[in-house]
Amino acid sequence: MRDITTRIAPPLPTTAEKLKFYGMWVGLALFLLVLPKIFASGGALTTFCLIGISIIFALSYNILLGQTGMLSFGHAVYYGLGGFLAIHAINYFGGHKWPIPLPLVPVIGGATGLFFSALIGWVMTQRSGTAFAMISLGLAELIASSALILRSFFGGEAGVSANRTKMFRVFELSFGPQIQIYYLVAAWTLIAIIAMYALTRTPLGRMCNAVRDNPERVQFVGYDPHVVRYLAFCFAGMFAGIAGSLAAINFEIANSAYLGAVQSGTVLFAAYIGGIGFFIGPIVGAIFVTVLSIGLSDLTSVWQLYFGLFFIGVVMFTPGGLTGLMMMHRPLWRAGMLTKMLPSYLLAGVPTFAFLTGIMLAIETTVHYTAHPNEDPNIRAFGIPFNATSPLTWSAAVLLIVVGFILARITWRRVAHTWDETLTAARAKVHPL
Amino acid sequence: MLELIVISSLNGILFGMLLFLMASGLTVIFSMLGVLNFAHASFYMLGAFFGFQISRWVGFWPALVLAPLLAGLIGIAVERYGLRHVHKNGHVAELLFTFGLAFAIEEVVQIIWGKSPVDFRVPAVLDFPAFTIFSTNYPAFKMFMLLVSVVIFLSLLLVLKKTRVGLIVQAALTHPHMVAHLGHNVGRIFMLVFGVGTALAAVAGVIAGPALVTQSNMAALLGPILFVVVVVGGLGSLPGAFIASLMIGLLQTFAVSINTSPASLFGPLDPAWATTWLSDIWNVTVAQVAPVLPYLLLVLVLIFRPMGLLGTRET
Repeated sequence: MRDITTRIAPPLPTTAEKLKFYGMWVGLALFLLVLPKIFASGGALTTFCLIGISIIFALSYNILLGQTGMLSFGHAVYYGLGGFLAIHAINYFGGHKWPIPLPLVPVIGGATGLFFSALIGWVMTQRSGTAFAMISLGLAELIASSALILRSFFGGEAGVSANRTKMFRVFELSFGPQIQIYYLVAAWTLIAIIAMYALTRTPLGRMCNAVRDNPERVQFVGYDPHVVRYLAFCFAGMFAGIAGSLAAINFEIANSAYLGAVQSGTVLFAAYIGGIGFFIGPIVGAIFVTVLSIGLSDLTSVWQLYFGLFFIGVVMFTPGGLTGLMMMHRPLWRAGMLTKMLPSYLLAGVPTFAFLTGIMLAIETTVHYTAHPNEDPNIRAFGIPFNATSPLTWSAAVLLIVVGFILARITWRRVAHTWDETLTAARAKVHPL
Repeated sequence: MLELIVISSLNGILFGMLLFLMASGLTVIFSMLGVLNFAHASFYMLGAFFGFQISRWVGFWPALVLAPLLAGLIGIAVERYGLRHVHKNGHVAELLFTFGLAFAIEEVVQIIWGKSPVDFRVPAVLDFPAFTIFSTNYPAFKMFMLLVSVVIFLSLLLVLKKTRVGLIVQAALTHPHMVAHLGHNVGRIFMLVFGVGTALAAVAGVIAGPALVTQSNMAALLGPILFVVVVVGGLGSLPGAFIASLMIGLLQTFAVSINTSPASLFGPLDPAWATTWLSDIWNVTVAQVAPVLPYLLLVLVLIFRPMGLLGTRET
């Protein structure tokens, strides 16, 4: 019996591995500490806060989708409820002079998320798959619509606002300046990332993966998939509540948009674009989506369309998301053969870029015609000026789309071919027969 | 009171039939392809906007035929070049693909037709009161809507029960794998079913457009209710979808016309409670909670009959 266990169980981590593991977290903490010293502007700090909140929210979402295989369209409910409770808590504690400082408010948000997901989750997690997805959507609509009816708690259309500086102060921290909020959000982000990572290493986290992959066998082993799904749902709700309360602290307001379908859709986009197959995926996705939505909205008026098209592109061509794409290249990287792929990538990249430029040109020209038909036809999109009425622009767009598409198809086939060859060669190099 | 009941029943059946036009396509697509088409309500919206645009150019009657055809062709293209490609990545990817599609279609519609409602009018031929009951004029266009949806319902029933295609579709509802094993060109059937399903949704859009509001958020408003219909009826059950459509249609229409609140029944709330959250619940009318009722029904069905009214399949 003992030899079997010793043979099957992975070897205990060596000191070097342990150092690397803990060093990574310490490194992350140091990085978060010095980040505002490098980018000190107010805009950068606000962006970092948004990214931190988005990371917690996306990771909590991935407990459902990535770890347990439950596709939820209503995750923002717990985010929003956490936010509302946090706002009411700030108002109440500030008004009644309770000795509770602001950094503890996310605990209330987390407790709210946990409470409501525990309340609602039992019925919801009875079913998985498509049925669960639709039930989550229906319940989210139910709660979001109820929020507009219960005006005294949710504040109707306007929402509820609060003043975070009125709270009890420790160490003379007023939490007025954005830099203090940054450190608050950063600390909670770090705690939440570590907690959620730890969750994936527990037996529960492993059972979640088992439920995702094969619920029937989980039943044979003696676990109830419903209970496992329910527990995962509760944890996801709790972390979403923490994220929501941080958002409420950051903006000092909570409104019904926090609970709504747009918020649920955004977190789904972030987690999936980043890659749901890896723990780090939603983190990458949250950073990417937040930066993209802030950056793109300055460049073009229809950034949401690009965003949607980008999402469709990710679903169609890289189901592993951005992290999945990177991890795909790891065997090549290890074998030192990544450079072999570069020529074919470059070759495929040029027509793909032309095709995308053509589509963007077509979209921007159409937008000009429908949205502002009587304005100056010399428009700028992505900082590049062009004339929307000139036939030259149209023919350029059509040419780029058609030729780019045909060439891209041919060259990407070549890429797939080279990929197979290089991967086989890389595997042979790392594990010689 | 009787007037209210008659008018609301008519409107409710009408809304229910409209819902069924969409829910039937959604159910058949779900049963055959195993994918819940998140963008189904978007095709309803596309139908309404295509109908509006075509009826501006060549009139309402050609639009009634052309708009669904166009939407159906788009649906076929989506299945052939999108869904089929995504299929190998699993059900979650398929569902997310249609989710992204719904998002993109809404954005495109907003770019082309703007965010505010468009002026999609009832055609002049049908712009008269059909009959008068208890001093209420019932518009002829609504009767026309009812007629169109009933005719489509009956022809769907005929196709399903009496033709070979219908037989295959019916078989695929319960035994999708067996149908594939029997050597039918499953790919083409899927594509056609998807096209017909989306075209049906577009028909609903063209006839509902003039009566309701044609606006870029109409898909987002109706989509969730459509899913409630499909889940309440039982995933993959056509009769279930029919019953659930009528149920939700009637439920919502009746709720909208009832202006009763706990306050009007039991008198105003005790002043001590008047400023608390209880007063929100006390003063809310049934009409105000009407949008929430389908979701409440969903929760109740899930608690007491998780498979849906007539559902048999677990997934």
